[in-house]
This record gives sequence, structure tokens and C-alpha cells, in this order.
Amino acid sequence: MDQPAPYVHWSFILISLPNLVLIGVMILLFVLALFAPFPGHRRSQRPGRRQP
Amino acid sequence: MTVPPDEASGTAPSGVDADDSGWTAAIRGRLERRLPLRELLPTRQPYYVGSWVYVFGVITLAALVWVVLSGVTLSVEGPQWWHVSREGRFVNGLHFWSVQLFFIFMVLHLWGQFWGAGWRDGRAGTWMVGVVIFAASIVTAFTGYLAQQNLDAQWIAVNAKDAVNSTGFGAFFDVTNFGQMYGLHVMLLPIGVTLLVVIHVVQVRLRGVVRPLGAPPPEEDDDVTAAKGGH
Amino acid sequence: MRLQRKRPVDRERYYRGVRMVPYDLVKELAIALGATAILVVVLAAALSSPDVPSDTIQRWAQDDPVDFVTAATNELAGSSTSAQYGPPYNNGSGSVQSWWVLHPQAWAGVHQPVDQPNDFVLAPLQSAVPGDASLRTALATFTGASGDRQSGWLDNYTKALGKASVKSGEVATAEGDYGPVPLLMSRLLGVARSGGLDGLLLTNGNFYQTDYTKPLLFMGDGSHLSGLAQDQKLTGNLWGMMNETGRYPGQSWLWLYTLWYQIAPFNASSNADLLVVLVMVGATTLLLLVPFIPGLRDIPRWIPIHRLIWRRYYAEQAAGRGART
Repeated sequence: MDQPAPYVHWSFILISLPNLVLIGVMILLFVLALFAPFPGHRRSQRPGRRQP
Repeated sequence: MTVPPDEASGTAPSGVDADDSGWTAAIRGRLERRLPLRELLPTRQPYYVGSWVYVFGVITLAALVWVVLSGVTLSVEGPQWWHVSREGRFVNGLHFWSVQLFFIFMVLHLWGQFWGAGWRDGRAGTWMVGVVIFAASIVTAFTGYLAQQNLDAQWIAVNAKDAVNSTGFGAFFDVTNFGQMYGLHVMLLPIGVTLLVVIHVVQVRLRGVVRPLGAPPPEEDDDVTAAKGGH
Repeated sequence: MRLQRKRPVDRERYYRGVRMVPYDLVKELAIALGATAILVVVLAAALSSPDVPSDTIQRWAQDDPVDFVTAATNELAGSSTSAQYGPPYNNGSGSVQSWWVLHPQAWAGVHQPVDQPNDFVLAPLQSAVPGDASLRTALATFTGASGDRQSGWLDNYTKALGKASVKSGEVATAEGDYGPVPLLMSRLLGVARSGGLDGLLLTNGNFYQTDYTKPLLFMGDGSHLSGLAQDQKLTGNLWGMMNETGRYPGQSWLWLYTLWYQIAPFNASSNADLLVVLVMVGATTLLLLVPFIPGLRDIPRWIPIHRLIWRRYYAEQAAGRGART
């Protein structure tokens, strides 16, 4: 891990592979959080007043 | 030492009530009104709280716990320890990665709150304290990087001094002074971030989660509820 | 009754008519603590953490004596970057930034005074004088000479250093009128090589030291430290602010801050630091005030990612409306 990291160079953008992976993981996590079903979400027992 | 039996209920006939007057009672009353435990630790949430996006905040909090615990261990053993011992290097690894997790989930939490417009209905203060926490965390991490005592710290100091000096703050905040950066990093800044996080969490818990975008606004009171009931 | 329970009623009212379901916040925090603990332990055990050893003046003097002597000669001549820097180190102007009517660096003034010729060269050499008669003589010759004579020697020697070579550990230049400068530099190189200069730059009359301003300024004037930083892509023009030594993620949260340095007009400005800081102060203020800024605060409404976060709510609303019609 102490070897210099590979870099991705695109136009004026230069980013290390570890940083790119980290940002990729963040975006992936956010998208997953948006789409993945939330577990243990039981149906309510008590209908609220706004329910018809 | 005879206390009228009805004094505790606040109906002392004398009009001077030892339990409900004075500064202490005022503070207590205010805290009880503003920070009731039922609101701070509710056992129910609106049914629309059901998305992993809600979990980013609590993961950030959990990561902060490990940041602080690993950091306390590092500071107890002293700044040289992690450079010379396997155990120290491991604890530094815990510190490094928990900081990375802290920032990852703090930013995900920020994205989640932004896209849900979490500042609505009187929650602007919560959002603003959150932004201040983000900024304070960056400064705290920065002093941590400066306190590493390795090539990274040297280079960050040599470079960052120009930016800090250009603002005039370099006169008081000397990034090349290890003692100053280390002291700020292990003491003042972590306490500041932790306090702000406590305030932020209390703000969140007191207001509760925000209603979904486009949901009807909360009803004013019982009469209005009755009036609007049929819409 | 309502008046007395002002605060709690706020929340009760806020959720009135909303179906409430059991939700265990403390259990959620406990699970988060456990999950993050496992993740952090696995990452720390598998990947450890970055720790590339620090550079030292000793290593610099051993690896690249010509660069060290060139930097030291510049310090003695008062022509180095740090010697001409300006506040907070001295009264120079070489690195003083300003914008419009803002001159914060000049306003703050000198707070960590550094006198490069004396602090970096002459004072360390003084401490090496005992037992070295030729050094004593050379120092006396140099300090006794006129300013013009000194700068003549230093100019000649600086030019000669451009073609210098290293012979048996010493910096060798062509013959010339350098006065006592080569001997001073040879002795300073010796002190640096032994590691003595690393310590001498920290002394300030106190036993305990924590302030590395002087050695870091000196090393910043050379090209050894920056060479090592360049190898690790830590320099500012390479987005270095968000990079880390080795194959570790860096301060990726500084991406926006370091971005400005890569683009016009900042990448060509001598006031880039101040300008970028001002831009970032502005950007942070905007982020802080998002709830109050029309347009900015409406973006989440326009780009409906919230339809996913609360998809269950919107689905039920749609179904409810459908049932009623």
C-alpha cells in the first residue's frame, strides 16, 4: 500500500485511483440507499386520521 | 423543617414556591419543556421513514464514536507511538479508516438531506449546524493530517502555510507549528465537533423527521383539523 | 393546556394524522456501531494506514548536496522564497497576497519572525566554531565584509553552483571569487549531513521544542522535499490537496477546494490562495444558507430524487387518491 498510486488523467482532471474508488463507492451507496428496500418495515397497526 | 404537604404541587398558599421559583427552577422547567425525553427518544416514527437514506446520519454518528475512541487511544500513547509499534500502527489504521467512513457517511447524509430538502418546516437551524459540523470536521481532519509527523504532514504544512498566511490567519494559526496543530487536533477541535454533533442530534430529535416534499402542511390545531378533515 | 405544553405539541401537531410505526432508534445506533466497528477493524487490519517517513535536512544534504548548498547560499543571500516571503515571517513582499481592497496577510503582520541568513546559516555555523579555527576565520571574514562584497561573493558562488558537481562528498565548483562562502557552505553541509542542522534549526533557547517553522521553511526552499512530494503527486498543481501518500484515499472532501487551483483564472494568479479561499468561503456560505436561497432550495423539488426516498408515501397517496375517485 505504500507504493505510489495509479492516477486517472482526463483533461485537467487528475485523480488517484483510491480517491476515485472512494467516490465511486459513495455514489454507489447513495444509489443503493435510494433503491434498496428498507428491511423490518412493518405495516402499521394503527391507521391515522388522514387515512380514508 | 416542616414542609406544607401541598407545596410540591405548586399550590403553596404563601405564594412563594421553593420548587417552582428561582433560576434553578426556571432552567429545569425550560429543559423539561424543551427537551422532554419522550421527544428525544421516541419509539415511533412516521410510516414514511423507511429508506436507507435515513441511516446515513446514524452511521456518521457511529463512525464518529470510533474516530474519538481510536483518537483518544492514540493521544494517550503519545504522538510517536504509532510510528514505532505494530499496535500503534493498527490503532492509527482504525483512526484513519474511521475518519474516512465518518466523512463518507457525513457527505452521504448531506446529499440525502439536500435531495429531501430536510430544512423545511423550521429545520433550517438543523441544516446550518450540520454545515458547520462539516466545516469544523474538515478543519479538525486538516490539523490531524498536520500532526502525523511524516512526509505527508511536512508537505501539507509547507503548502498549506501559503493559503493560511494569505488570509492573515497564519499569524495566529501556524500550520508549521506541530505543538499548536497537535493541541488543537486532540483537544479543542474534537470537543467542538462533538458538542456540535450533540446539538445537531438534539435538534433532529426535537423536530422529528421532515414530512415528504409535497405532503400537506401540518394542521394548525384541533379546530382547523376538523375544518380540513374532509379535503 | 395547549399553552403549557408548547414545544411537545409542535411535534404532535406536525405528525397529526400521520400513521406512526414502531422504530427503534437506539437499536439502530447499536447496529451502526457494530457494523462500522467491523468495517474499520477489517480495513485497518488489511490496509493499515499511510506513513511515509518524514524528510530530514540530513537526508536532503546526503542525497542532494548541490541542491542543499544552493538553497543555503540563497538563504545567506536573503534571496530564497522564504527570505523574501513577507508576513508572518518577515517584512518581504514576495509571497504576500491581496485582492481588491483586501490585504489580510499584510494587515496581520509579522508574528513568527524568521531571519534566514542568521537563523538558517550563520547561527548554526557559530555553534560549530569551537575547535574549527578556519571556520572562525571564514565567519569573521564574511561578517566583517561590506554588504556589496558579501553579495558579490554570494552571486558568484550561486552562479557557479549551477555547474557544480559532487567530488568525494564535497560540492565542487569552478575557481572564482567566492571569498569565504565555499568554506562556510562546506561546513554547513557537514553539520547538515551529521543531522546537526535538523536540531539547530529548532533551538530557540528553550529545552522543549514543538515549532518546526524554521526547518520546514528551509526545506520548502530546496527541491528535495518537493521532489518527494512530486513523486507522491502531492503538489498543488496535481490536485495534491486531496491526495495521500501510497495507495490510500486522501482528503477527498477537499475536491472542490483543490479544483479551483487547476482552472483559470486561479491557476495563473499569484493571489490564487487568497482568491480560492474567498471562493470557498462564499461556497460554504451558500451551502449554509441553502434553506433561505430561492432557486437553490428548490433544486430538490425540481429534480425529484425525493420520489425515491419517500416512494412508499407517494405510492400510498396515489393509491388513496385512486381509491377515492
